[in-house]
Parts: sequence; structure tokens; C-alpha cells
Amino acid sequence: MPSPTRVSAPADRLAASLVAPAMAADAPSLVTRRRLTGTMWWSLALIFLLCIIAIFAQQLAPYPPNAQLDIIGLKSRPPSGAHPLGTDQYSRDLLSRMLFGARISLSVAMLAVLLSATVGTAYGLISGYRGGRVDAVMMRLLDAFLAIPRVLLLVAVLALWSPVPLSALILVIGLTGWFEVSRLVRAEVLSVMQREYVVAARGLGASGPRIVWRHILPNVLNPVIVSATLGVGNVIILEAGLSYLGIGARAPTASWGSIFFDGSDAFQTTWWIALFPGLAIILTVLAFNVFGTALRDTLDPHQLAGDRAR
Amino acid sequence: MRRYLAARLLQSLIVVVLVTTISFFLIRLAPGDPFSFTDFTMNNVVREQLRTQYGYDQPLPKQFIRFLGNVAHGRLGYSHSMQRNVGTVLAEAVPRTLLLMSAAIFAAFALGIAIGALQAVRHGSWLDRATSAVLMFFYSIPDFWLALMALLAFAYWIPLFPSGGMTDAVLHDYMSLGGRIRDVLAHLVLPALTLALLSAAGIARYQRSALLDVLPQDFVRTARAKGLAERTVVMKHALRNALLPIITLVGLSLPSLVGGAFFVEKVFAWPGMGYVAASAINARDYDLVTGTVIVGGIMVALGSLLADLLYAVADPRLRSR
Amino acid sequence: MADALLTIENLRTYFYGEAGVARAVDGVTFSVGAGETVGLVGESGSGKSVTALSVLRLVRPPGRLEAGSRIAFEGRDLATLGDRELRSIRGARIAMVFQEPMTALNPVFTVGDQIAEVVRIHAKASRHDAWQRAVEMLQIVGIPAPAQRAKEYPHQLSGGMRQRVVIAMALVMNPALVIADEPTTALDVTIQAQIIELLQELQHRFGMSILLITHDLGVIAETVSRVLVMYGGEIVEEAAVKTLFASAHHPYTEGLLAAMPKLGENRERLRTIPGTVPPPTKWPHGCRFHDRCPYAWERCLSEHPPLYQIESGHVSRCHLAEEPERRNHPHEPLVMHEVGGLGMERGGSGTGRGPRENSADRSARS
Repeated sequence: MPSPTRVSAPADRLAASLVAPAMAADAPSLVTRRRLTGTMWWSLALIFLLCIIAIFAQQLAPYPPNAQLDIIGLKSRPPSGAHPLGTDQYSRDLLSRMLFGARISLSVAMLAVLLSATVGTAYGLISGYRGGRVDAVMMRLLDAFLAIPRVLLLVAVLALWSPVPLSALILVIGLTGWFEVSRLVRAEVLSVMQREYVVAARGLGASGPRIVWRHILPNVLNPVIVSATLGVGNVIILEAGLSYLGIGARAPTASWGSIFFDGSDAFQTTWWIALFPGLAIILTVLAFNVFGTALRDTLDPHQLAGDRAR
Repeated sequence: MRRYLAARLLQSLIVVVLVTTISFFLIRLAPGDPFSFTDFTMNNVVREQLRTQYGYDQPLPKQFIRFLGNVAHGRLGYSHSMQRNVGTVLAEAVPRTLLLMSAAIFAAFALGIAIGALQAVRHGSWLDRATSAVLMFFYSIPDFWLALMALLAFAYWIPLFPSGGMTDAVLHDYMSLGGRIRDVLAHLVLPALTLALLSAAGIARYQRSALLDVLPQDFVRTARAKGLAERTVVMKHALRNALLPIITLVGLSLPSLVGGAFFVEKVFAWPGMGYVAASAINARDYDLVTGTVIVGGIMVALGSLLADLLYAVADPRLRSR
Repeated sequence: MADALLTIENLRTYFYGEAGVARAVDGVTFSVGAGETVGLVGESGSGKSVTALSVLRLVRPPGRLEAGSRIAFEGRDLATLGDRELRSIRGARIAMVFQEPMTALNPVFTVGDQIAEVVRIHAKASRHDAWQRAVEMLQIVGIPAPAQRAKEYPHQLSGGMRQRVVIAMALVMNPALVIADEPTTALDVTIQAQIIELLQELQHRFGMSILLITHDLGVIAETVSRVLVMYGGEIVEEAAVKTLFASAHHPYTEGLLAAMPKLGENRERLRTIPGTVPPPTKWPHGCRFHDRCPYAWERCLSEHPPLYQIESGHVSRCHLAEEPERRNHPHEPLVMHEVGGLGMERGGSGTGRGPRENSADRSARS
């Protein structure tokens, strides 16, 4: 049975103890219960591994990512013993670039998603808690935001402001990805507000912000966590696409997408430049998606979380 | 029903206004303006003249009002990179994107519904699990990468399909009507399928759980008790109910389809909106970029409206509201 | 009985789940004669609904009919009949009326369509003819303005009307047997009476047999000619309705009858049968009712009672048939000596039943 809240103040404790037995089988809160299945274990392990690789890219990479090793002799070489993933047209070792690319791609994605999750949660909390006209207006606005094609907007913004530093890239991606989360949070807030412990807390005189922070927030985090996990995958793909277009991570920064960009001219002959970043992305995104969906199924199988939105 | 429609229309209008506003401000706020390009030399006097002519010397709020007025009248500006009105450029490009997207939506939903339904009926079997795994795999593929691989695989290595564009560059105009249609279709297959495959994965998952929700319901049991064959029970009685949530998915998947189309069009050189937008961005053709984003937003808003209408028609419970 | 319409022999329907094998129906034998109305009574968990579903093999995996079950109907064994033949019987020769009219009808098809569908598949009728027949049936079941109503959707009708539609759907092909699974439980009391009346009227008119499943003894008293009482997946008593009410034999039946509030009786508390039905995965050894029975003795714990004949047409699964003097020594049932004072904690389905139990769980238990 999930415990209702993290209580400390007397009023909260009383409220919780009065109504805790009355709580029927809620969906298990991630904050208080974990039931990891086999699938979750290996996908989580994979994610962990990728993060380790990203952190220790420096130590793992045989060459610096931007070093042009031998512009004549090693230009565009297919995979071989010395260069397991080949070299690109600037004779840079692809393996090293890929390892450092992990760093960029993963950090951009995670930071952007963090931003999205924060903004989205805040918006959903406010909208759900306030209710009434504020809620109605906020939701209308949100529906409008949701209708805007994210890619189109991102492309327009990034292209017109390019070149764009990585921080700005993260900011822009993050600020265009919070819509679905806020909708989910709002729905969850509405449901949580019906629950007895919130009504009890209000009855006992707890103030608005306190209720939101202590009672509501910890219990609406489930969809946020699921959404964030799935979102990381989406953003990795998005960032890769933008870099491929030349408006994401800029050369010579190696992100998996920009590696593509550099090699995009001669794909027919230098197939390895196209293949490996793609595989890396697929693997990473797969890990996040599998973990995210397993998480979603564990927490609430009936939750219809947003589809892949770019 | 009427009230529902009116509310949805208003909502769509708000969306369009919002999109317009956002794109205007974003693009105007970007560094430089359309006439600060340095690709080729231009007399500064001429530059200033052009700026005045197009109103770029006015303060921002005034520009905005003028802009809104223009958009309301359908005047989306002038594209200097294409030497034509934005409206004209888009009028050509939009139908092509619509063609691509329609084909993709059709294929995606046909595939997704079929796969999801099959999974639901064979719930728990190895086929179900294997399919889920494969779908998850596809769901994790970047669209531009899939497009590239598809291009490589089926246009270069195994030359089954043309390698890009919408029509054969040389022969199209000389073909008969039937030939021309076949030509476009041949060019349509790869990009549409690429777009479709990625959406289909998500749709299948949705459909699977929707049908799994419907199958244990009482009216399904009633249908069996009436003596209907299992196939009829599933396809006529169960699926009809499970399709309802899928229709809302049509509306929801539009923004991502437009975005996906963007990359796919670029890789396959399909001369639709995405392609136009890409070159507009490179040329810093502000008006064209703005126009594209606005039209894109309108398309999505209209598409959602249509999807909602479809839902209202399909679910008798909504009709009598 | 040689002239019985439906003869069920040793029906066993088991559910295979993680908690073990739930023997929901564990060796049930009875028959229904032509034109007869037979009642099948029991509480939740007795197996009565599963029995009803088993006749037409509507039980879904993980439940299935065990080998050795026999369901004889019009010269065929439904338990082993091929799919296609079974389908030709469903809805045409044997029809079902379900408990929840709210959910038994498909929300996206009109009421008329759903009735007409039965006609189209079984009589191969044209759309037009089938529709006409549907409207006809709606009139017969007492729905006013049937031609209009037929074009409406289920959500536009009230609960009582929906149940009439379900009945119309069941009777449209003039079946020989109608199995009604708690047809009135989900309805208001006044509507209940109407529906029961309707069923009786239709039976007079069409002469079909009815197998009425219910937990409501009041309904039984009014409508059936013969009663079967189920408990623990078995039949524990069978008698003509008058006999049952006048001289029930099995202690469970006694308990059920005593629990009915009676007009004119001056009591402060309703009599109940203490304890709850044991889980179908773990039927007790010996008599399945022994722990709730006020007469049970050692024999009842170890020896599973067969169906003893009390009189002609009256059987009871109770050792009291052989040792009737034990009836003079009632005592507190065993459950009362277990946890707590009320014996309420014991039994039931063990693990906590959350609010999310669905109809699959329900049908597995009843």
C-alpha cells in the first residue's frame, strides 16, 4: 500500500493517519514503491552503461574526437583494425567521435528533458490546482501550443539564430517539449485532488502551496517520470536530426547527428559514417524507450501517455 | 453537436492566431533581417529602399499589426529567394506535402491497426511479444536515418525505386496521364512508407491496448452468445469500439507527422513544404519561413478539427449531445 | 429424463490461474424439460453463472470445460460439438440473457441492428426482413413506438428498456431454451417485477424453457417450477419450488430461506449465514458447507456427501439425510470459532479485492 505523503507537520500527519486506511488500491507511487521487472533491469543497465561511456569518453577514446590524423592517408577509410568504425572525410577516427558524441547527445537530451519536465509539471500543477477559469484558459493555450509542429518551429528558430551554442539548443528544445507533460500532470493533479488526504489536509487548514508541494506533487510524479524517460529518446532523435540539418550541434562538435551531417554528402560510398551513428542512436533510444514503457506499464497500464511528439 | 463543433472551430482559430503570432515574433526577433544578406553585393541605398518597401523599418508592434492584416487576407509576403509570392510557392508545395502525408497516414493507420489488432487477439503469445519487440525497435529509429537507409537500400543498392524527387526529372512531362500518375506513385512509395513505419509502431501499441480493453467487455460476450463467428465478433463488434480512441490519435499525430515529413522530404528531395522550408532557411528568406510555419500550423489545426469531427460522427454517444 | 430438452452431466469448468486451479463448477448434473422453468440459486462464488456460461461454451480461457462434461441438447453434445455447429445453436436454439443491460449491448450499433443481426446470421434473411422482425420483437417485449426505438442507440434507452431489448434479441429466433443469468439483479425493484412478468408472459406465448440463474429467492418463488441450489461448485439441493419453500432439507437452503426478511415477522436483525464461501481453488474436504453449518459433525469434515434422495424429485447433498436426528442438536458453526468473533475475516477470495475487479473476476467467482 502506498503511503500517502511525506508528512511531518502535525496537521498533515493527522490528516494522513485519519484517512490512510480509507485509501483503496491506488496505482503504486514510484516515490514509495518499486517493482522492477526483468525488462526494466537490462534496459536500465544499458542506460547506465551508456552514461558511463559518455562520462569516460575521454579515457575510452583512442584519439581526440576532432583530431585530423592523416588527411591524405586516412581519409574516409572503412572500418579496420586500427579504426574499428572507420574514419570520416577529415580523417577523424569515427570511434572516438562516437564516444564523445555520446556525451553531447546524452547530455543535451537529459538537460532538455529536465527543463521540459520542470516547466510542464509547474504548468500542470498550477492549472490543475487552480481549476476554474484559470485552468480553462491555460488548457486552451496548451491545446494551441500542442498543435504547433515542434520540428518546424525548432528548425525555424535555430536556423535563423544559427550558429547556436549548445546551451541555447538545450533551452529551445526544452521549451518546446513540455506541453504533453503538463497535460498529464494536470490530469493526475485532478485525480489526486479528489483523494481523501488532500480534502482532509485542506479541512485541517493547510495552505495552498503547502498542499501542492507536500501532498500533490509527490503523487503526480509518476507520469512525469515516464514521460521524461520516453522524452529523452525523442530528444536524442530530434537533436540528431537538427544536427544532421546543420542547425543543431555545430561542427566540429561531435554529436551523433553532426557526425551524420559531416558525412552526408557521400553516403553511398562511406556507408559507415551513416550506419554507426544511426545504430548508436537506435540502441540508446531503444534502451530509454524500453525502460520508459516498462515503467509506464508497471505504474499504470491504463495511462495513455503521449505518442512520439517531435 | 453544434456546440461541440463551434467550440472546436474557435479553438482552431486560436491555434492559428497563436502560431501566427509566435512565428512572427520569433522570426522578427532573430538577428538581422531579410535584407542583411551578404551573399551578393547590394547597394546599401537599395537595401534601405527594400527595407522601407517591405516595412522592415517600422517599429515592431506596427509591423505585427500589418502582418496580421496581411495574413488574414492571405498575403503571406514575398519570397526573395524564389522571386515569387510566398503564397504562390506554398500553393505549389503544400499539396505535395499533403499527398505525402495522406499516403503516410493511410499506410500508418492501416498497418498500425492491423498489427495492433492482431496482437490483441493473440495476446500473450510469442507472436505478440515478438511483434512488440520489433515495434519498439522501429519506434526508436530516427526518421532521417530510416529515410537514408531506405534510400540506400531500395534506390541505390537494389534499384527498385527512384532515388528522389517527386517526378522523373527528364521524362515526366512526356508521359501519358497514366504514366505520370505511375511516376509520381513510384516516387511516393519510399518516403511515404518511411514516414508510415515510424508512426505505425506507436499506433499499433495504442490499438493493441484499446482492443485489449474492449475485448473483455460484456457486449463482446453477447455477440458471441448470438452465434457470431469469432472473426466477426472481433472485427465488427470489438474493433468498431476500439477504433474510437484511434481516431483521436489521428489528430494527435499530425504535428509529429508534419515534423517527420520535414526530414523525409529533405532526404528524398520531395518538393513539399519541408523541402521549401529547408531552402528558405538557408537563404534566410524570412517571409517564406514564416509562411511555412504558419501554413504548417493551419494544416495541423484543420487536421485535428477534421479528426475530432470524424470522432463525433463515429461515436453515436457524442452525436446526441 | 428421456424427454428432457437439456441434460447436463458431470459438468466441470475449471479456471487455470496463478493461484492454482479454480474449480468453479465441479461436477454438476441436472436437466431442463421442454417448456419448464428451472431456477438455479446460489450466492456469489457458488458457480451458478459459470454453469450458465458453460452450456454455450462461452467460458473464455483460462477457463475451460473439463473432459467428461456432457451437455446433451437436441441429440448433440454441446461440450464436444464443433465450432460451426455450436454457433448455429447459439442465439437460435439456445439464447442467453445477461445480467447487465447497461453493458450487454454494443454502444455503437442501433438497437434494431443488434436484434436484426441475429436474424440475418441464423435465418439468412435480407436486411429489410430482418429489420422488420426486429421491430416486431420490440413490440412483443413491450417497447412503445418500436419502429422509432429500433433506430436508437443503447445509451438512449433506460435500463429496463435495454433489458427488454436484450430479451428481444434472445427470443427473436424462437429458441427452445433461454438461459437468463441474473436478468433483474442490476435493475430497480419496480423494473425487476416488470421484467419477470415479461418473461413469464413470453414463456406462455412461445413455450420455451427457461433456466433462470439468480440469488434472489423471491424471484424464484414467483417464476420457476423447479429449483436447484448451488454451493461450492456443486448442486446441493434440488426440489420442486413448493417443496423447497415448505420443507427445504439442506442447511444451506435453510439458511437462505431464513435470511429472507418476511412481512409480519418481528425481528431486530436479519438472520445471516455466518462466514463466506471458500475460494474455488481450495474447496474443503468433506462437505463444502461444513464450516458454516449449524448441524455439522465429524462425518461432515471428512466425507463428501453425495446427493441423497429425500423424496421423489427432491435430493439433497447432506448427511442429515442419513442421520436426521442430528438436526436436533444445532450448534455454532465452525467459522465462529476462528479469527475474530464474527467469522467474517475467513474465507472469501483471500487476497484483498481492490476496487478494480472486473467482470472476468466476477464470472470466475460466480
